[in-house]
Amino acid sequence: MASLALLRLRQQSVIPGFGPALGFTLLYLSLIVLIPLGALVLAAAGLGFSEFVALATDPRTLAALKLSFLASLAAACVNAVFGLLVAWVLVRYEFFGRRIVEAIIDLPFALPTAVAGIALTALYAPNGWVGQLLAPLQWKVAYTPLGVIVALTFVGLPFVVRTVEPVLRDLDRDVEEASATLGAGRLSTLRRVILPALLPALLTGFTLALARAVGEYGSVIFIAGNIPYVSEIAPLLIVIRLEEYDYAAATALAAEMLAISFLMLFAINLIQASSRRRFGHAA
Amino acid sequence: MDISVRKLRKEFDRFPALHGVSLDIASGELVALLGPSGSGKTTLLRLIAGLEFPTSGSIFFGTDDASMKSVQERHVGFVFQHYALFRHMSVLDNIAFGLRVRRRQDRPTEAAIRRRAGELLDLVQLPNLGSRFPHQLSGGQRQRVALARALAIEPQVLLLDEPFGALDAKVRKELRRWLRELHERTGHTTVFVTHDQEEAMEMSDRVVVMSQGRIEQVGTPDEIYDQPASPFVHSFIGDSNQISVTIDKGEVFLDKRSLGPLAEGIPDGPAKMYLRPHDLEPTDEPAGAIPGEIAAVRRHAGSRMIEIAVGERRERIEVAIPATKGWIPEGTQTFRPRRWQIFPTG
Repeated sequence: MASLALLRLRQQSVIPGFGPALGFTLLYLSLIVLIPLGALVLAAAGLGFSEFVALATDPRTLAALKLSFLASLAAACVNAVFGLLVAWVLVRYEFFGRRIVEAIIDLPFALPTAVAGIALTALYAPNGWVGQLLAPLQWKVAYTPLGVIVALTFVGLPFVVRTVEPVLRDLDRDVEEASATLGAGRLSTLRRVILPALLPALLTGFTLALARAVGEYGSVIFIAGNIPYVSEIAPLLIVIRLEEYDYAAATALAAEMLAISFLMLFAINLIQASSRRRFGHAA
Repeated sequence: MDISVRKLRKEFDRFPALHGVSLDIASGELVALLGPSGSGKTTLLRLIAGLEFPTSGSIFFGTDDASMKSVQERHVGFVFQHYALFRHMSVLDNIAFGLRVRRRQDRPTEAAIRRRAGELLDLVQLPNLGSRFPHQLSGGQRQRVALARALAIEPQVLLLDEPFGALDAKVRKELRRWLRELHERTGHTTVFVTHDQEEAMEMSDRVVVMSQGRIEQVGTPDEIYDQPASPFVHSFIGDSNQISVTIDKGEVFLDKRSLGPLAEGIPDGPAKMYLRPHDLEPTDEPAGAIPGEIAAVRRHAGSRMIEIAVGERRERIEVAIPATKGWIPEGTQTFRPRRWQIFPTG
């Protein structure tokens, strides 16, 4: 086994230096990611089991976690659908202003999220441009969980568009034409040929949007109204606990978020790996 | 099923790709569309398939006007140069695709679909590979799967777009013979596009030579090679030499030298004489022969290729003589044309 491992290390490669490269990667990853997260786990472990369970199952904490993850999931789903649509339009059609739209897609990346949050709040508040149209319908967006979803959709949109776009661009027209010559209608071709080919990229975009949404803070706190048990997200609750000098509760909540996020991302990665194996290429 | 193409014209963004092409293909025929790139051969094939729609003109399948029918309605088998297999589906699922997307009332049972796909795998000589994925197959195997997939819908017409273009030479040769045999067995009306004249001549019943959006000649491989209808066909097919000559009342002159009354019915004035390298033979008889100064001698498979400079313009032409003739020419030599063609210039 040892010699086998050594062999793997000494594999010939165009770019040499597997050893130093791996060492540097591990060091880097440790300093930036692993040690901070490890410290968090250690701190949580220091709480003791019964105290941790008591803190972790606090109703307000559970409500915040539920809102955070469900809203993120909903936002990622919305982004998967509309991001795919946007990518499709950008790749398949040539129209006036396409480049401007391309540039707008990336804005949620660049804009300070607080700015986005305030802008969205102004729009969707009951007296805002969009809010006053929805008000007669008894639809409230700002200061409700729906507002949280709107803000999270905003920050996650670029991920799906940017991951699906290149794959869609590389998709052979041949394959669609082959499907048509075999008698498949447009919907059938879309469902049986195009979507399966885009699925790995779509899943990647979905995952990124989801991960981003779970961690989002700045834009949400303005539009959510932050009513405990209703529209208070987990990251905000952590900050509130910190401000109360309740470090134990903050740690427990953070550890919970970490665990759930890890499990979620791990599961999605497994799904992706299996779909990649089926495709026989990394998409 | 017969295919009849009438005055078909296709423009892409005002740029004409086909200028009023007419062509009749008989049922069960194997026809090659041959031409250089940009000659419109692929456009013609795609118009027949319904992947493009004509600017004007019509296409008949039998007595049916198919011009405005969608690709799905035309029910043709189409094979793409780069296979266009669905890579997320197994080989069997690829082949079964055309049957599975049928409307419920026309769709065979799942068991029947699988049986049919299995039969097609046997037909293309890939039994036992049904559960593989396309990326696990070689290029030749992929193209066979693509063919099986196209045949699954029982098309009356099979269209192939450079089917062997992406394969290496040896596999290409094998597949050519195999496809020819398959055609003899199944009898589909088959049209394939190629830029490889050897492929076109070897496989097809009739060859359609195209250039710049027009059909130059339609004929059997023999007709195309022996009686080219235009200078383009002569120079595109096989090896070809050209000599500038002048015609005067049916008599051909190379500079001031008469080659004899060879050009009956061809108008007076400048013309080009087209000759194949092996249709010239060395002779000691100067009358009616072409004198040339030997510039180079090369060995080429079973022939010796002699490059000579002819006339005042010193036009270079090639002559092929059997390599078994131990004769190494030097200086000036005269050559008698056995077969030629004369086309007026301008």
